[in-house]
Amino acid sequence: MAEVPPTRMNQQIFKGKLKAAQGGHKLLKKKADALKVKFRDYAKNISETKSGMATDASSAFFSLTQAEYAAGNFKQKVAEGSMNARIRVGAGVDNVAGVKLPVFTKYETGAVADNQSLGLVGGGKKIVAVREKFTVLLDMLIKLASLQTSFVTLDEALKVTNRRVNALENVTIPKIEGVLAYIGRELDELEREDFTRLKLVQGKKEQEEKEEMKKKEASKALKKPGKENSADITAAFDATDDEDVVF
Amino acid sequence: MEVGKLVAVIGDEDTVTGFLLAGVGHRNAQGSNFLIVKQDTQLPQIEDAFRTLSQRDDVGIILINQHIANDIRHVLKDYNATIPTVLEIPSKEHPYDPEQDYIMQRVNMFLGGGGV
Repeated sequence: MAEVPPTRMNQQIFKGKLKAAQGGHKLLKKKADALKVKFRDYAKNISETKSGMATDASSAFFSLTQAEYAAGNFKQKVAEGSMNARIRVGAGVDNVAGVKLPVFTKYETGAVADNQSLGLVGGGKKIVAVREKFTVLLDMLIKLASLQTSFVTLDEALKVTNRRVNALENVTIPKIEGVLAYIGRELDELEREDFTRLKLVQGKKEQEEKEEMKKKEASKALKKPGKENSADITAAFDATDDEDVVF
Repeated sequence: MEVGKLVAVIGDEDTVTGFLLAGVGHRNAQGSNFLIVKQDTQLPQIEDAFRTLSQRDDVGIILINQHIANDIRHVLKDYNATIPTVLEIPSKEHPYDPEQDYIMQRVNMFLGGGGV
């Protein structure tokens, strides 16, 4: 703070800085508010979806149990051999107040389902039901994953934004204001100094003038007798003493 | 390389079977994207599977049974990347308990519905 030279130019610069900081603070605050709204939205959504997931999952597991009962133990067969994922997730990007949020979208590759012949002996229908149930559950989970990722990302973004807002509010702006106050003080001080100096100079000048006047007066006083002398000289020549010049 | 990311599953036999039927399974020479956790599966094995899956860049989401997540909580706590997303799901024997889910704890804390 003290290393800033207190000049008019710096004062102007810091005034500009203060204005910029205040503007940035306002904008960031707005951003934080927008994020908070979205964050709350996501939080609510997550808590709803998660509780929905619990019921969905239990019904999916129930259908699996039913299929097991109808088709015998087919679990080992499902996990056998090489396979290609039929369902993948694409990662899109959503933008909230300049924060990029990843969004998963379900994406079917169109590959032929493995284990199509599963349940041929019996319970095929039940297995199909299991497939459907789990696909529904998977959809939900993918949605939930998007929400959760967004939630975490937003949380992080919100923290950063809040930190910035607070930093501007409690550190940067007071600092600039401090510098401005310092500059103002110094400038005032300089002005006062100038004023006193001028006064001093003026006083000195007046004194000098007075002295000069005194000197002049003194010299005048000294000169006056001289003048009288010369007057005396003329006075010595008394015109009346002279005789009339007769031609 | 195909477009899109995989959904990986770490879970008990029922969970994995269900999702495999739904069509998330992917297995090739590099390995598979799922792990069936049985009674005799050792903890380090699960940890390894999670670490491998979370480091693969073709995995977008990791589904993990909540009771297994609780077993490897120490690993999950250190995991803080955004993608792949780790999602805790209920299992057949263990109904879903929102209290144990880290995300739900945060959500509840934020919404003011109690929590930690």
